Amino acid sequence: MSEGVDQGKRRFLTAATAVVGTVGAGFTLVPFVKSMLPSAKAQAAGAPVEVDISKLEPGQKVNVEWRGKPVWVVWRTPEMLKSITDLDNTVLDPHSEAPQQPPYAKNEYRSIKDEILVMIGICTHLGCSPTYRPDVAPPDLGPDWEGGFFCPCHGSRYDLAGRVYKSMPAPKNMEVPPHRYVGKSVILVGEDEGAA
Amino acid sequence: MAGSNENKWQGGILGWVDARFPLSSLWNDHLAKYYAPKNFNFWYFFGSLALLVLVIQIVSGIFLTMNYKPDADKAFAAVEYIMRDVDWGWLIRYIHSTGASAFFIVVYLHMFRGLIYGSHRKPRELIWIFGMLIYLCLMAEAFFGYLLPWGQMSYWGAQVIVNLFSAIPIIGDDLSLWIRGDYVIADATLNRFFAFHVIAVPLVLVGLVAAHILALHEVGSNNPDGVEIKKNKDENGIPVDGIPFHPYYTVKDIVGVVVFLMIFAYVVFFNPEMGGYFLEHPNFVPANPLQTPEHIAPVWYFTPFYAILRAVPSMAGSAFPGVAAMGLAVVILFFLPWLDRSPVKSIRYKGPIFKTALALFVVCFVMLGWLGTQPAEGLLTTFARIGTVYYFAFFLLMLIYTKMEKTKPVPERVTH
Amino acid sequence: MKKTILAFVFALLPALSVASGAGVHLDKADIDLSNQQSMQRGARLFMNYCLSCHSAQYQRYNRMARDIGLTDTQVIDNLMFASDKVGETMTVAMRPEDAEKWFGATPPDLTLAARSRGVDWLYTYLRTFYADDSRPTGANNLVFDKVGMPNILWQLQGIQKPVYAETEDGHKHIERLELVKEGSMTPAEFDQSVRDLVNFMAYIAEPVKLERQRIGWWVLGFLVILFVFAYLLKKEYWKDVH
Repeated sequence: MSEGVDQGKRRFLTAATAVVGTVGAGFTLVPFVKSMLPSAKAQAAGAPVEVDISKLEPGQKVNVEWRGKPVWVVWRTPEMLKSITDLDNTVLDPHSEAPQQPPYAKNEYRSIKDEILVMIGICTHLGCSPTYRPDVAPPDLGPDWEGGFFCPCHGSRYDLAGRVYKSMPAPKNMEVPPHRYVGKSVILVGEDEGAA
Repeated sequence: MAGSNENKWQGGILGWVDARFPLSSLWNDHLAKYYAPKNFNFWYFFGSLALLVLVIQIVSGIFLTMNYKPDADKAFAAVEYIMRDVDWGWLIRYIHSTGASAFFIVVYLHMFRGLIYGSHRKPRELIWIFGMLIYLCLMAEAFFGYLLPWGQMSYWGAQVIVNLFSAIPIIGDDLSLWIRGDYVIADATLNRFFAFHVIAVPLVLVGLVAAHILALHEVGSNNPDGVEIKKNKDENGIPVDGIPFHPYYTVKDIVGVVVFLMIFAYVVFFNPEMGGYFLEHPNFVPANPLQTPEHIAPVWYFTPFYAILRAVPSMAGSAFPGVAAMGLAVVILFFLPWLDRSPVKSIRYKGPIFKTALALFVVCFVMLGWLGTQPAEGLLTTFARIGTVYYFAFFLLMLIYTKMEKTKPVPERVTH
Repeated sequence: MKKTILAFVFALLPALSVASGAGVHLDKADIDLSNQQSMQRGARLFMNYCLSCHSAQYQRYNRMARDIGLTDTQVIDNLMFASDKVGETMTVAMRPEDAEKWFGATPPDLTLAARSRGVDWLYTYLRTFYADDSRPTGANNLVFDKVGMPNILWQLQGIQKPVYAETEDGHKHIERLELVKEGSMTPAEFDQSVRDLVNFMAYIAEPVKLERQRIGWWVLGFLVILFVFAYLLKKEYWKDVH
C-alpha cells in the first residue's frame, strides 16, 4: 500500500489540520473557562461601598462590608499614631514592602490621611477577624501592648496600622483595600483615585 | 489477544502503560485494526455525529449546572442570569438548546440509515435493541430537561405528559402522584427531574452507548449493499472489502464533524430559536399554574408520537387507548429485526413494494410530526388517524410484504 | 410513486388554512437593533411610560448603558428614577398586591415580552388602543381584547375610535380605527416612537443578540478554513482506497 504514498504531504496535512483544530479547540475552551469568573451579578454585589465618617469619633472604629469582607475605618488619635512609630522595630514588615496595600498606602501610617485607617479586617494567617484593642497594657496582652489588633484564633498581634509583629503565626500585614475620598467625610471603598 | 506480548507497544510512557492496561489492544480492536467496509456513504456520518453531540451536551450541561438553580422560585430567573450575567453564559445555553434538537435530528437520520440498509438484521439485532434503548433514554432525557427552564411550555408540557400516566387503568393516579411528588407539577417535581436529567439518565446513556459500540465491533459494521464483508477475507484474515477505521474513517468523520459544526454554529449564532421550534416562544413566560397557554405542543421531536396519541379516540371514558398507541408506536420499533423478513438486507436490492412503503412512511412520519404541532380538530384529526394507521401498517405488514416481493441479486463484493 | 406522494401533499394543503392562527393582522415593526439613537429614544419612553407599573427585572442599567451608547452617569441622571445603583436591575415601585387591586392583574414583567409575544405583536398592540366606555379603563385594544392595561400613550397618539363594518349576515366587527382626537404627535411620529420603544424592548429581551451575530461570522469563517484542511487531509488518505 505504500507505493506512491506521499508521506511528506500526509504529515503536512495532518499537522496543519491538527494545528487549526487545536486553535479552534482553544477558542472553544475560552468561553467555558471565562464563564466561571464572577458574573455581572457578583460584580454588582462587589461594587464599591460608601462610608460616611462625618459622625466618627477619635479612637472609634466603624465596620462596613465590601465583597463579603469586613472593612474597618478607624480614627486614630495622635497618641495612637505615635505608638505606630514606636513599634517600627517590633513589626515584621515596617515599611510595607509586601504588596498588601495600594501605592498610596505604602507609607508610615498605611493610609491616605494619617489619622484615618481603612483596612480589611482579616488576619493574614488563616482568615479570622481580629479584635480591636486600642487599650494600652491590658492584663491579658501584657505591659508592652501599645494598642493595636489582636487575633484570638492563634494569637497574632498587629499594630494600629495593621502591621504584624515579628514571630507571629500571621506572615503579612493586614490588607488595605483600594479606596478614595469623595469629599471630606465620605470614603468610597473598592475604588482607586482616578478610576471612573 | 489481550495480554499476548507480540503486539504490545514497547518503550516510553506508552509502553509502560501498555504493560499495565490494555491500551494497544483497545487501540487496535476498535480503531487501527477494526476493519470497516470501504463503501460507507453520507448516511454513515451520523453515528460519530451522535457521539459528538452527546459530548457537547454533557460538557455544556455541566457548565449550565454551575449556575442553574433547581427551585421553582428561582429556576426561570437562573436561566436569564446565565443568559445575561454569566460571562459567555448565553453561548453555553444556546449550545445546549441547539444540541438537544441536533441530537434528535442526528439520531433520526442514524436510525433511518439502519432502516434502509438493514443494519438491524441478523446478526446485528442486539445493536438495534441497544440503539432503541438509547432512543428511549434520549426521549426521557429531553423530557426531564425541558421542565428545567420552568417556562409556561415546560410546566404545562410536563403536566400533560405526566397526566397521561393517570390514564393507565387501576394504578394510573397513584403512579402520576409518585412521579410528580405532589398533586400538580411542583417544586418537588422540578428537583427530581433535575436529578434524572443531570446524572441518572446521562449515566445510563453513556453505558448504553458503550454497549452499542461494543456490540457493533463484535459483529462488524454493515454497509449500503448489505454485504457481509467478513465472508471474503484475504490470506491475512483481513476482509478484502474492509479498510482500517483509523486512519480512513477517523479522517473522513472529521470532515463530517466540521460540516456539522458549520450548520450547528449557524443555528447557535444566527438563529437559536429556529422560528420557535428549538426555543419555544411561550417558554419565555415564567410557569403559571393558574393559566394554561392557548396552545400546548411538545417540542418538535416528540410531535409525531403526540399526533398518534391524540388521533386515537377515548374509549369507554378512558384516554388509555391513545396512551397505549403512542407507547406501542415506539415499542414496535424494537421488533424491527423480526418484522423485516426480506431475503436481502439493503434497500438497494429490495423490490418496489418496500421502496414505496418506505417513501410513504417518511412522508407519513413528517406529516404526523407537523400535525402534532397543530390543534387536534376536524380535517387535521382525520389525517392524523390515517397517518397512525399507516405507521402501524408499515411495520406490522412487513411480515408479509418483505417476504413476498421480488428482490434483486446481492453482489459478492461491495459496490459504491 | 412520485404521483402518490404529490397527491398526498396536495390533499394536505387545505388543512394549512385551518392551521394558520386566526387573528388580527399584525403590522411589521421593522426595527433595527443597531440604531442606537432609536434605542436611546426607546429607553426614555420605556422609563417614562412603562417602568412605573411594569418591571424589567432581568435587565441591568449599566449593561443597557454600555450597549446603547450612554455612560453610567447619563443613565443615572436621565433614565433612573427608582433604583439608586447603576449595577442593579430594573425593578418597579408598584407592589403586586396594589397592582392586582387597581388593574385586576399584576402587570407582567416586560424583559422577555419581545421574545414571547414577538415585536410585530408589540408594535401593533401599542398602536391599536381605542375608546371603549364598556371597559373599566375606558379603553380596549384590537390585538388584546378586554386588556386590563389602560391606554398609557394616549397623550402622544391621541384617541382612536372603532369603525364598524357589517357582513351579510348582520355580524358587526371592527374594520379599522380612526383618530378622533389628536395627540401631541402626528401618526407618523407616533409610529416611529412606538417603533423606538419596541426596538428597545427587543434589545432588553436579548441584549447579546448583535454581539452573538458578530462572533458567529468569525466562527463560521474559522470553520471554513478548518474544513479546507480536513477535506484535503481526507482526500489524501483516501487515495489509498480508490
